[in-house]
Amino acid sequence: MKMTTPIVAAMVFGASMALTATFSGPAQAGEPVELAAMTEMAKPLTDQAGDPATGKKVFSNRKLGNCLACHSLQAMKEQPFHGEVAPPLDGVASRYSIAELRLRVANPKAINPETQMPAYFRKDGLHRVMDKFKDKTILTAQQVEDLVAYLGTLKEE
Amino acid sequence: MGKTPSKLILAGCLALTACFAGKAFAADKKWGQYQVEDRRSGYTFAAPETRAMQDDNFQNPGMLWAEIGEELWEKTEGEAGKACASCHNGPETMKGVAVSYPKYVAEKKNLENLEQRINRCRTDNMKAKPWKYESKELLGMTVFVRNQSLGMPMNVKVDGEYAPFFEKGKAFYEQRRGQLDLACKHCHEDFEGGQLRANILSQGQGNGFPVYRLKWSGVGSLHRRFRGCNKQVRSKPYGYGSDEYLALELYVMWRGRGLPVETPAVRN
Ligand code: HEC
Ligand code: HEC
Ligand code: HEC
Repeated sequence: MKMTTPIVAAMVFGASMALTATFSGPAQAGEPVELAAMTEMAKPLTDQAGDPATGKKVFSNRKLGNCLACHSLQAMKEQPFHGEVAPPLDGVASRYSIAELRLRVANPKAINPETQMPAYFRKDGLHRVMDKFKDKTILTAQQVEDLVAYLGTLKEE
Repeated sequence: MGKTPSKLILAGCLALTACFAGKAFAADKKWGQYQVEDRRSGYTFAAPETRAMQDDNFQNPGMLWAEIGEELWEKTEGEAGKACASCHNGPETMKGVAVSYPKYVAEKKNLENLEQRINRCRTDNMKAKPWKYESKELLGMTVFVRNQSLGMPMNVKVDGEYAPFFEKGKAFYEQRRGQLDLACKHCHEDFEGGQLRANILSQGQGNGFPVYRLKWSGVGSLHRRFRGCNKQVRSKPYGYGSDEYLALELYVMWRGRGLPVETPAVRN
């Protein structure tokens, strides 16, 4: 996955969402640079297709996705207390493909190493995890698939 | 299959707006002594009812702990047959003491927080048993002693012998941890003023501790709060009074330099 982005775009993008940038040569100011960033995960994690109804529960459950801790979502108005420290997820499926959403959930650090968003399907590279959660991913492979199927329903009207 | 830059920028701006909205909202208010430059006490993020409860000594439930401390101040205990008052006279001698804790102690080659200093007086000077962390006695006495410095600006040292501890505390603060992989700074710097589900995130300052927390229906120490903040990201907490938390305490108190001692503060 490669793309060409003017360096200025990467800078506007800034601290909040910097990309993993592998420069293919010494960068010259003002010259377009190549960014090789992971943007998607095309292959599903399981053979069983994701179920959006289960995914909806994974999304709001505080012990599972707890996505509303940081994000808000109009479609879940009935749930009290939405976070506002991350972008609203309304219409997110109109902005991203299923493959992109899968990577964003499974390992957002591959997109932005500085992100505050947890990687829901990664167990390496973590520090001092409680015994109860050690060597476990936050979500199971199937829960990730269900969640991604639910996110896929969040299209702009 | 890359995204177009405009799509990326849009997403970034959304994230930024979300991050800054909370800050802008709260920063336009003047907070008097509760704000020093960009450093703000948890008081300034608390609900009006919670602040009112803290402001009124008769309503502030934390004052019950101060009363426990006040009684113990006069109580003779231990083989030396002394009370705190035997050596320190009135509690007013404790005025200004709290602002510089944790302090470096040469004999220990380590930091010592106020809880540990109080317990050292019990074991060494009174020949009495130390109080347990989070016991009503130790919390009560810590609240009582800190309360003598109410309103005084916090002023810990971070140079000289303190420097390595400060660096260790800073590193702790910035280290991602737990299954959720978040550092203190992610919630208390990046997300400051933002809403994390039902909570408004503060700067995570230590100037009000031990605090009365509505959620605890009681008073708790700063190390109890550290443990809670570690556990909520599913990270193994450290022990009360551990070296790690002492260094972290120094760094947290430095972050709040100049903020007033508020003990016992009231928090959600
Ligand atoms: C601790 C906070 C936090 C939690 C919890 C969280 N996210 Fe995020 N998320 C973020 C942040 C911050 C961003 C902004 C992009 C970045 O930092 O990389 C983001 C971005 C996203 C994006 C891209 C949105 C866009 O418009 O660009 C999606 C999709 C997403 N998150 C989905 C989820 C889902 C699904 C969950 C629950 C399984 C979740 N997030 C949980 C913090 C969080
Ligand atoms: C036998 C005498 C004695 C008794 C009893 C005693 N202390 Fe002390 N305390 C001292 C001495 C001596 C110091 C060190 C004074 C100094 O460093 O200037 C001290 C120091 C302290 C300090 C640190 C002051 C500072 O400036 O940092 C605190 C806090 C304290 N004592 C609290 C207590 C409490 C609370 C009790 C009762 C539980 C108590 N002490 C009982 C003798 C005593
Ligand atoms: C997932 C987000 C999160 C992380 C990470 C986190 N905290 Fe907190 N912390 C909170 C919340 C929520 C509160 C309660 C609301 C508030 O005061 O911000 C809080 C409160 C506090 C308070 C009490 C502030 C007051 O005025 O009473 C302190 C001190 C604190 N945190 C320190 C830390 C330290 C040190 C770390 C790193 C070990 C840390 N926190 C990590 C979410 C977090």
